[in-house]
Amino acid sequence: MATLQGFDQHSSESVKASAAAMDGAARRRGVNWGRVAGWVALAVIMALTLFPFYWMLRTSFSTTRSLASGSGDLLPVDFTVGAYRRVLGLASPQEALAQGGTPASLNFWRYLMNSVIVATIITASQLLFSAMAAYAFARLRWPGRNKIFFLFLSALMVPPIFTTLPNFVLVKNLGLLNTYLGIVLPSLLMTPFSIFFLRQFFLGINREIEEAARIDGAGHARIFSKIIVPMSSAPLTTLAVITYINSWNDYLWPLLVGKDESVRVLTVALGIFRSQTPQGGSDWAALMAATLIAALPIMILFAIVGRRIINSIEFSGIK
Amino acid sequence: MTAPAALRHLRRSSSRRRHGDLLPALAFVLPATFGFVAFYIWPTVRGFYFSLTDYSLLGPARFVGVDNYKQMIDDRLFWNALLVTAEYVLINIVTQTVLALLIAVLMHRLTRSIVVRGIIMLPYFVANVVVAIVWYWMLDPQIGVINELLNAVGVDRLSFFGDTAAAMPTVALLNTWRHVGYTALLIVAGMQMIPRTFYEAAALDGASEWRMFWRVTLPLLRPVMALVLVLTVIGSFQVFDTVAVTTSGGPVNATRVIVYYIYDQAFNRFHFGFASAMSFAVFVLLVGIAYVQLRLTRAHDSDLS
Repeated sequence: MATLQGFDQHSSESVKASAAAMDGAARRRGVNWGRVAGWVALAVIMALTLFPFYWMLRTSFSTTRSLASGSGDLLPVDFTVGAYRRVLGLASPQEALAQGGTPASLNFWRYLMNSVIVATIITASQLLFSAMAAYAFARLRWPGRNKIFFLFLSALMVPPIFTTLPNFVLVKNLGLLNTYLGIVLPSLLMTPFSIFFLRQFFLGINREIEEAARIDGAGHARIFSKIIVPMSSAPLTTLAVITYINSWNDYLWPLLVGKDESVRVLTVALGIFRSQTPQGGSDWAALMAATLIAALPIMILFAIVGRRIINSIEFSGIK
Repeated sequence: MTAPAALRHLRRSSSRRRHGDLLPALAFVLPATFGFVAFYIWPTVRGFYFSLTDYSLLGPARFVGVDNYKQMIDDRLFWNALLVTAEYVLINIVTQTVLALLIAVLMHRLTRSIVVRGIIMLPYFVANVVVAIVWYWMLDPQIGVINELLNAVGVDRLSFFGDTAAAMPTVALLNTWRHVGYTALLIVAGMQMIPRTFYEAAALDGASEWRMFWRVTLPLLRPVMALVLVLTVIGSFQVFDTVAVTTSGGPVNATRVIVYYIYDQAFNRFHFGFASAMSFAVFVLLVGIAYVQLRLTRAHDSDLS
């Protein structure tokens, strides 16, 4: 909460600052053409940002067979929801072929479910264990505390590809290739970022409440679960969403250890779908429908808690 | 031990106090420490060991000393991969930083709207794979909308991912599109730390926005820019997803970036020891780059303090 208030303050200050600058400029010149140009530039940038999302939507409601003739049309070509029916396994092979799609079943529900399972397990588990560690680093006094914390932090410098190779060997030797456990294992207990992020917030919690609870005879488990966690629900939610999005978007690791249909996540499935170009070109409408469905949960999450994530990125600097 | 810590020890003489909360603390950090040792420390040690072995993933690893490193230095494709990666990083970082600065200045001076910030940030939250596929479609040589646009203004169609000269810039700009909003937001956060009195004083002196940017914003932003540059260069160096989904390193090695080359050697050709040697080289290189960058930009001394 403290950070959010801090930011509101900052924002009102900067609004005042730019308002003051504006007054000065406006008095000199009437219409401030600089600001108009600024807004035009910002509008162009936002349009360039949003256009690919619109194009995804437009293509997904088109008929693949007709895309070639209407490749420049701004609206869907031969509007249909056929692509979604194909992706979700509702279309018959005849229907799919007629629209220029692939008659093969995509098993999309399976991949969607796998992504949900993997991202949920990683988020829940990583958050719990990282929060516990952050509690010990921020609220408890013990010898070697800061040394160990900075050792944890130094792991941020290790490039993922370097640990990915031996981790693959480990998962393979444990016989966990193509299992959910194998996919989630390296992210299950901690990431240096999660601990760093939570420690920052835990450090800011008022000691008095904790001391009072201690005098009342509360143990560490109780203080952690009844005081620290509830008081940090805002940063915990933010971190949960960031972790969920990162796990959802991860590609290289699940590609290595979870290529099998039974555990294949959406990103891996989309990559494979993209590379399996059927004769006569890709089923672009279905590919865009699948891509959109894969991105949708993240965009919904972002719409709900985006404000909080944006504020925390501004606060912590790194993700 | 620091002086305040030593004093604390003197003041608190009971044995419980001397060890502080050691036992509960150990219980709380145990799971995370296990994860840290098993998936960060151990693979770092093991990765270095693999780099000294001949290992195909199928049989046991055989110790060969520094052979992999010798092979790496003689490998034309390794140097090509580094070169291609450098090209990617250069295009990506330059365009991304310049655009992000522009967007950040616009947002800082014009609006604090959460909707604007949300839209600018949106691509960053969508998976690399999704971004790569959407652009792959929009840049399709036959029926992609971008080529349709080029055609309309009289420019020849271009096979963005299939042309040796165009492929790398295309991949780099695509990732600029995804990351620029995030970078802009980091810079905006830095701009908010600049006291508004600086701008008020500059406005009183009749300074233009252009002058304020060069004389106030940019100099005071240096520590933030240094941090942003270190983070983006390190992240950018490890590009993989976009290449894997769009070009698979082609055409003719034009986009075979280092992480993709390592992946290819390890998992398609089963040269696991060789791949480990290269990934260790990347590790050393990145630490070196971060160190040099921080020294050059003097990230730690802010002009504000």
